[in-house]
Amino acid sequence: MFVRLVYESFRRQKRRKLLAGAAITLGVTVATAMIAVATDIGDKINRELRTIGANLLVTPQEDTLDVEIGGVNLKPPSDGAFLNEADLPRIKGTFWHNNITGFAPMLPVNVTLQRGGKTENLTLLGTYFAKRVAFGKEEFNTGVRSTHAWWKVSGAWPDDDSRDVLVGERLAARLSVKPGDEVILSGRNVRVSGILSTGGSEDDQIVGPIALAQEILGKPGAVRRVYVSALTKPEDAFARRDPKSMSGPVYDRWYCSPYPQSIAFQLQEAIPHSHAEQIRQVAQNEGAVLTRIEGLIFLITLAALFASALAVSAAMATAIFERRAEVGLMKALGAGRLAVASIFFAEATLLALIGGFIGFAAGGLLARQIGRSIFDSQITIPPVLFPVILVIAVFVTFAGSAAAIRKAVGLDPVFALRGEL
Amino acid sequence: VSADVSNSARRIAASRAQAQHTSMFFRMLLRAAVLRRGRAAAALFAMVVAAAVATAMLNLYVDVQAKLRREFRNYGANIILVGKDGNSLPHGAINQVESVLGSRGVVAPFALLVARSSEGQPIVVVGTDFDRVKQLDRWWSVSNWPSAQQQALVGVRALPVVSPKHQPFDLSFQGHTIHLNTAGTVQTGAAEDSRIYLSLADFVSWTGVQPSTLEIAATGSPEEIAAILQQLQDAIPAANVRPVRQIMEGEARVLGKTRATVLAAATLIILTAALCVLSTLMGWVFDRRRDFAIMKALGASDRLLNGFFAAEAAALGATGAVIGFILGIGIAAWIGRVNFHAPVSPRFAVLPIVLAGSIIVTLLSAILPISLLRRVQPAVILRGE
Repeated sequence: MFVRLVYESFRRQKRRKLLAGAAITLGVTVATAMIAVATDIGDKINRELRTIGANLLVTPQEDTLDVEIGGVNLKPPSDGAFLNEADLPRIKGTFWHNNITGFAPMLPVNVTLQRGGKTENLTLLGTYFAKRVAFGKEEFNTGVRSTHAWWKVSGAWPDDDSRDVLVGERLAARLSVKPGDEVILSGRNVRVSGILSTGGSEDDQIVGPIALAQEILGKPGAVRRVYVSALTKPEDAFARRDPKSMSGPVYDRWYCSPYPQSIAFQLQEAIPHSHAEQIRQVAQNEGAVLTRIEGLIFLITLAALFASALAVSAAMATAIFERRAEVGLMKALGAGRLAVASIFFAEATLLALIGGFIGFAAGGLLARQIGRSIFDSQITIPPVLFPVILVIAVFVTFAGSAAAIRKAVGLDPVFALRGEL
Repeated sequence: VSADVSNSARRIAASRAQAQHTSMFFRMLLRAAVLRRGRAAAALFAMVVAAAVATAMLNLYVDVQAKLRREFRNYGANIILVGKDGNSLPHGAINQVESVLGSRGVVAPFALLVARSSEGQPIVVVGTDFDRVKQLDRWWSVSNWPSAQQQALVGVRALPVVSPKHQPFDLSFQGHTIHLNTAGTVQTGAAEDSRIYLSLADFVSWTGVQPSTLEIAATGSPEEIAAILQQLQDAIPAANVRPVRQIMEGEARVLGKTRATVLAAATLIILTAALCVLSTLMGWVFDRRRDFAIMKALGASDRLLNGFFAAEAAALGATGAVIGFILGIGIAAWIGRVNFHAPVSPRFAVLPIVLAGSIIVTLLSAILPISLLRRVQPAVILRGE
């Protein structure tokens, strides 16, 4: 009898059930999409923040002081220590290798440029543009095109295995060099593939493949410093502690957290004779920005959950209120308060489950759409969320209907049947 | 005369009828709200919540950029002003920059050269204004800022070279020597670590070299920054003014994406809230079909009925919007305080949008059930079928 009542109620009152079900579905859709966005926003914004540049710098441990003003190196080029280019792929062998979005080695060398009978002393910056690097079985592309996203080239990016170079835009204007021109760099003929604009000191320099700089310097495999771009977790008091002072499990927890400090520590371990440090300008500030944006989206998600809970309650209350006459009839035929309430709650649960199921799927699609249109990447919903969402949907539907059900079962059947209220 | 009297009497009677008509209209509006307090309150509550949420979201959407831009200024300079061909900047350049900026930013001067330590090691020495640097480059990790004359801030990598035991040291430049005490160390992970920083007064009296670089952190939209760049270039023609693209592009990207996310979220939330209002209000109006039928049975015209329910809906929408607006501003301010440590300032431009949106939603939710009911005979409704 009970099941039949519920079944018939769904079969005969399609319009009302559809309205309430639509409200629940919509509420769950919005809630699911917002929760998915909120859980993923940190990672997405972290990746966007990487466009501000590398946040870690690896230098030789025994290096002499940098003597550099405005990008012009005043130190004798062969002075000081170097890192070995062959050690660099090990960066991808560290514990947090999945968090390392790219790295770019740099080797500045002093060169002479001959063009139209004039000779000029300049800096050639050797680097990776988008070099294929292999570590074990893993192959990946890395270089300034990913770590220095604000570098713009008119013309073509040089190939890492070529002898093509980029000329900084101020230098190019001074020398009137165009893409495709040939210049003589310390006695070597090189082709200018493009003009580089960075807004920094590179605008007065020549940037080329690292092999060319190493050849001119006469030190194969030499690297002066490596910029590493890593996804990090905002630094806290624990991150700033000295790893040497930690006991076993605490050290493990520190080591296995993606703090800038611990990733720098692991880089130092991976590359022999190196010193790795966070670039504070980038690393410190991105933590602050990230925390703010995550906090904002979290609060907005709370608002979304609240709004959808309210929408569901309102729809349920309206749906139940419209059925006063039915309640009157049931009670006139001798149904107890409990029997009436359980019918309504059973209906509400059924509606919540159906609405929750459809809403979860729709919310997933919506989150994906948001991810694709805003961040050009997927936002995926952890499947763990599904039971959580269903439970929340049932709970909210119950809470929303409770007041209306209580009122409905308390009705005097005589008044309810006469429609007087 | 009698015709005059009868005319004026007719006029008075007509105006009385009109007055009664109007007062009856308002009485019905008021009684409808008072007698069905529970349902009316529920509808108003839904409206207030929806308007509050909408106000808060729109306020946040408008304000989020300004708030985040402030955070991004902690990245330091986004404009650099350098003397042409490495020359020093003219005297008073910093004052000119400040008059262009007003309260929209911070500026710090830098004078750089290569000096030699007492062992003949070349080292970059920078003269600057420490008070300004403190505001501009907040990420510098400084153990102790210099406060007296002839005190230096030494980069962590330069420290072992010049003053391994924090002892006083000498630096020489073109035959002039300066005697310095180490006040503290600076660590940034970048070029600053290899340098020594002095106060500008010490630096100038030692070397005679004036600042050649001004680093400027200016707040504003990309258009405002572009205008500031142009104004600076016009004010100081002896300098090259250029934006720090690294910072500006990253900032624009992150701000754009965040704003788009907030917009998407706000749209979803406002939509949900509007639907909540719609379903509550439609239920309420539908519920009053007996009132509707009685009015119609007593001879009310369709226009009057429409007007009655529309006026009721509009009044509800307007009241809800105003209360919701005040609440929403409170919510936005609270979010601003909690998350950005600065209140989100109320945007009154949002009020007309919220007001219009609320009234449209309430009108819609009144008109829809009415147009359904109009087709039904009053007798059928009154019989409760």
